[in-house]
Amino acid sequence: MSDDQSLLSRRNALKCMAYGGAGTLFALSGGVFTPIDLAMAASDKQGAAKLGKPLFVQISDTHIGFNKEANPDVNGTLTQTIDLVNGMYDQPALIIHTGDITHLSKPAEFDLAQHFFNRPATTEMHTGPGEHDTTDATVTEYFNRFGKASGSKGYYSFDHAGVHFVGLINVLQFKPGGLGTLGAEQLAWVAADLKGRSASTPVVVFAHMPLWTIYEPWGWGTGDADQLMSQLRRFGSVTVLNGHIHQIVQKVEGNMTFHTARSTSYPQPVAGVGSGPGPLKVPADQLAAMLGMTSVSVVKHPSALALNDKALA
Amino acid sequence: MKKEAHVHLRRIQWLPTAVGMVILGAMEVYVPSVGETLSATQIEVKDFMFMPTPLTVKAGSTVTWTNKDDEPHTVVSDTGEFKSGGMDTNESFSHKFDKPGTYHFTCSIHPRMVGTIVVQ
Repeated sequence: MSDDQSLLSRRNALKCMAYGGAGTLFALSGGVFTPIDLAMAASDKQGAAKLGKPLFVQISDTHIGFNKEANPDVNGTLTQTIDLVNGMYDQPALIIHTGDITHLSKPAEFDLAQHFFNRPATTEMHTGPGEHDTTDATVTEYFNRFGKASGSKGYYSFDHAGVHFVGLINVLQFKPGGLGTLGAEQLAWVAADLKGRSASTPVVVFAHMPLWTIYEPWGWGTGDADQLMSQLRRFGSVTVLNGHIHQIVQKVEGNMTFHTARSTSYPQPVAGVGSGPGPLKVPADQLAAMLGMTSVSVVKHPSALALNDKALA
Repeated sequence: MKKEAHVHLRRIQWLPTAVGMVILGAMEVYVPSVGETLSATQIEVKDFMFMPTPLTVKAGSTVTWTNKDDEPHTVVSDTGEFKSGGMDTNESFSHKFDKPGTYHFTCSIHPRMVGTIVVQ
């Protein structure tokens, strides 16, 4: 537990739990990204403001089209999330969606998602597809709508405020029984993209499936991520953002911070609990807490992140 | 529709072996065994598994996968010969296997889910 958690009163934490489907805010603090719980950022504006200007918000796993018991109202929880973003003390420049925009890759689901994505005051949105977004027979529904930035390849980079962002795709080349895959072509592109960039450039990498192995039996990892990490290791500040597992898991390794985001739609079980990574049914009065507030991390140094990630679970 | 057609086929096969009305009448008792033959072309997708696997069928059989999980699944052949879309709860996908061989498939959403069909 870091001292900075004194920013949070218990009352405030409970208030945050009333929100469903929060995202994660990243503030650039001393050149290092600090994930801040979005619900807290919205309700404790002074505390969040101390951490710097919000650069971007990560939301993930909106699963538009899901309507099962685990959350019959994913539209509602996404709306709450967007309301939280719009209510922030200072609007982030970007929103990054780390995939599983839809549940079944249906055109109507994508259309509805786009309707919601028009609502944030922040208009620049970047996305990476999840495996739920690419189950249509021709794998075109996602790319027709969100493929422009990447030329329908699924990977691209851009710069914002001195930060280099790299969006990757690891959901198309599964090996049976295996993990996600980046593939040789994409890895070669990353190498070329990073070549010549100063090691002092902060780098943010985002992709849907975890770029580190969290739980192999459930495919929670990327088989060839090691080759990506060896390219990133020389940079002084690397933040790796993923979704897919519908819960926060963080680790810090050298200059790299790894973070998986909560879902805005429904929780999933902790690794290895139950038959598989399906929707986790919880009592209705606990759902918002599972989506909006599994942990609060307000830290100024990334080495404290790993210690913090279960703080208020 | 397919089920009925299959049952009908079985009856025709049975007729030449039926030596009298008594045995024909007893054929009704055999319905469960006909049912077994039919269910052998069904694969249930449940608890993140394909069941049964491996499944052995005769050439020309149509295999139907039905998703019984709350989570969507897909059926994708390793060779690209067949591919379902995302199957939501209780949705099905069918594919007819004309040529003998061994067919491996996976769920593209949960790649650890694998199955095999042997066509004889």
